[in-house]
Amino acid sequence: MAEQMTGAQMVIQALVDQAVEHVFGYPGGAVLPIYDELFQQDKLRHILVRHEQGAVHAAEGYARSTGKVGCVLVTSGPGATNAVTGLTDALMDSTPLVCITGQVPTHLIGNDAFQECDTVGITRPCTKHNYLVKNVDDLARVLHEAFYVAANGRPGPVVVDIPKDVQFAKGFYSGPRNVQHKTYRPKLKGDLEKIKAAVALMAGAKRPVIYSGGGVVNSGSEASHLLRELVKLTGFPITSTLMGLGAFPAANPQWLGMLGMHGTYEANMAMHDCDVMVCIGARFDDRITGRVDAFSPGSKRVHVDIDASSINKNVKVDIGIVGDCGHVLEDMIRLWRASSVETDKPALAAWWQQIDKWRGRKSLAYRNSSEVIKPQYAIERLYALTRDRDVYITTEVGQHQMWAAQFFKFEEPHRWMTSGGLGTMGYGLPAAVGVQLAHPNALVIDIAGEASVLMTMQEMSTAVQYRLPIKIFIINNQYMGMVRQWQELLHGGRYSESYSEALPDFVKLAEAYHCVGIRCAKPDELDAAIRKMLAVDRPVIFDCVVDPTENCFPMIPAGRAHNEMLLGDAAQDLEAAITEEGKVMV
Amino acid sequence: MLMKNPATERHTLSVLVDNEPGVLARVIGLFSGRGYNIDSLTVSETEHEKQLSRITIVTTGTPMVIEQIKNQLERLVPVHRVIDVTVGGKSIERELAMVKVRGTGERRVEALRLSDAFRARVIDATTESFVFELTGKSDKIDQFVGLMLPLGLVEVSRTGIVAITRGPEAM
Ligand SMILES: Cc1ncc(C[n+]2csc(CCOP(=O)(O)OP(=O)(O)O)c2C)c(N)n1
Ligand SMILES: [Mg+2]
Repeated sequence: MAEQMTGAQMVIQALVDQAVEHVFGYPGGAVLPIYDELFQQDKLRHILVRHEQGAVHAAEGYARSTGKVGCVLVTSGPGATNAVTGLTDALMDSTPLVCITGQVPTHLIGNDAFQECDTVGITRPCTKHNYLVKNVDDLARVLHEAFYVAANGRPGPVVVDIPKDVQFAKGFYSGPRNVQHKTYRPKLKGDLEKIKAAVALMAGAKRPVIYSGGGVVNSGSEASHLLRELVKLTGFPITSTLMGLGAFPAANPQWLGMLGMHGTYEANMAMHDCDVMVCIGARFDDRITGRVDAFSPGSKRVHVDIDASSINKNVKVDIGIVGDCGHVLEDMIRLWRASSVETDKPALAAWWQQIDKWRGRKSLAYRNSSEVIKPQYAIERLYALTRDRDVYITTEVGQHQMWAAQFFKFEEPHRWMTSGGLGTMGYGLPAAVGVQLAHPNALVIDIAGEASVLMTMQEMSTAVQYRLPIKIFIINNQYMGMVRQWQELLHGGRYSESYSEALPDFVKLAEAYHCVGIRCAKPDELDAAIRKMLAVDRPVIFDCVVDPTENCFPMIPAGRAHNEMLLGDAAQDLEAAITEEGKVMV
Repeated sequence: MLMKNPATERHTLSVLVDNEPGVLARVIGLFSGRGYNIDSLTVSETEHEKQLSRITIVTTGTPMVIEQIKNQLERLVPVHRVIDVTVGGKSIERELAMVKVRGTGERRVEALRLSDAFRARVIDATTESFVFELTGKSDKIDQFVGLMLPLGLVEVSRTGIVAITRGPEAM
């Protein structure tokens, strides 16, 4: 029997019924009734952030490291607008979130009331779906629907905007079991005929490559297992996008490393020269394809994606399979086994030989130094010294992010949280807060840039308040390094506004936040300093002072094709490598 | 995306949606946000009990863009179905126009004579003006409006295109 309660009580009840344990939020006038209910219960834990953007990124970190829906609670007006960057980030990276926003009372909507903004209007293009609930009797249904929509199909953020009078109003609550969306039923199973055709195409391949992405991670751990099985079964090489790292173990010999703008030479060359490409849960984004009209010119392509609109969006494919990666992989493997495929062994052997030649270029090689810490070395050491730990990595955005992707090796999914699609500086620190809450005993490290980390630095306060021992490992090159690199390559070395002027003393800043600060600037002191950081059971800001001039290679310059990569030692004639057209690309 | 300008095509899409607040904004926002064209747009509730509305959109784009538009529309949570009524060439498309013409003497007589030839109805008249109502394909309406221009055309109001497929099946 349904019971009567206030809208604010329904919010709490719905979150509890949806098995939410942590809500990341920030109070304000338009959500006070909900905060009052939060105060009077102990099933839900509210995590008070220091800025609403931080709440959303923390919820993203929570969601991406657990596979659950992350939950956010913010007030109307500035609370909602501050959340917009995080929501857009979650949309671009297909992260399931439910964000509850307070709204001015219904009778004031449209009156330019205090702290009113058109939240559903503003968030319509940056959410998967959103709702304004004007009637308390719709509230329970909408909240449960929001969780369903966020988690099913291609995951994404959902906003539920609740006017204050609806939070006070009484109505009937119904649990999640009685709620199903009227029509939204994403297709999980792929078309079997198409999967058969894909298997036949793969069986005849001479130069195949599997290219996987964040969709495999989103699909759940089972999909990652199945991906491994398919790779083993076929003997094909595999690469992945930034978002897909960890779905396939980096230690496996069939792993080519990440592909794309800063991917490995072997991964990009394999993509360029392959005859059959199998894309699973990735979306041919421009960071992956490089110049589209020169993208993998000789290949037949299979694309598996739960979102039909990803198929044939940027790149034409021969077989488009709409379905959940896990389900499609399962069918693929079953059909591959059932048809007892004979692959073209000599051709595959020749292909692997070619790949080994590309690997021989050692595209990630860098010149180390005994004077100054090279950023790549710093991440290599961080990786080496944390190998025996249960480790989760988040990042900010820039060169350090790419070096982290290149030099930190992941063996499992859900261990790597980075802002891929939107490229949001300031993501990593609050994301680490969310990850640490979900995994209290794990080692959570934000590999950061000194510029990015200042965008959401205030969340250190959150980490300290909740005793979350996150480690902020700042690759401090005193530049917005990625901007500086582009200015060096594309704008004649005119470093317009990319120098990190007047930086705070990060060690003192750590102390000001009541956490631990460590600085290291010498390669031979690095190991000891990292060990010291790992030994501290409190939040740490680690200021790793690195070579300010190092560039991130390999690199496919904007407007170039995969086989036109710049390698580190080709750095002399960079100017010549970039076309005029390429300059307008971002 | 970089493509060697394949020819663009004109397609009429019927979109069946939940008649809920914001659904039209969602559809229009999709078109403006992704840079798609809207040549014509009509919307009205069609099944009151089920709270369903039907949006008819005429758009132009390369075949790849048209496919994208359909997929992107289908991805919206309140969208039930998207039918490309142009595919298969089995669609009927109509538009309604109201055309106000002002004039006296010969020009007035000529306007009335032409309206008759186009099977337009006179729905308002004064001694110096007519309002004609005309339904038909868009090009027929274009043609009629063109003919009225030298005869004292004052104003045109058009509904935009509505469409349905031929034969017994529903969308
Ligand atoms: C919010 C935001 N603003 C601007 C940018 C553009 N941008 C990309 S990388 C970068 C520099 C980042 O500097 P830092 O955090 O020091 O990282 P580094 O590249 O030096 O490793 C900037 C400004 C961005 N990605 N996000
Ligand atoms: Mg920097």
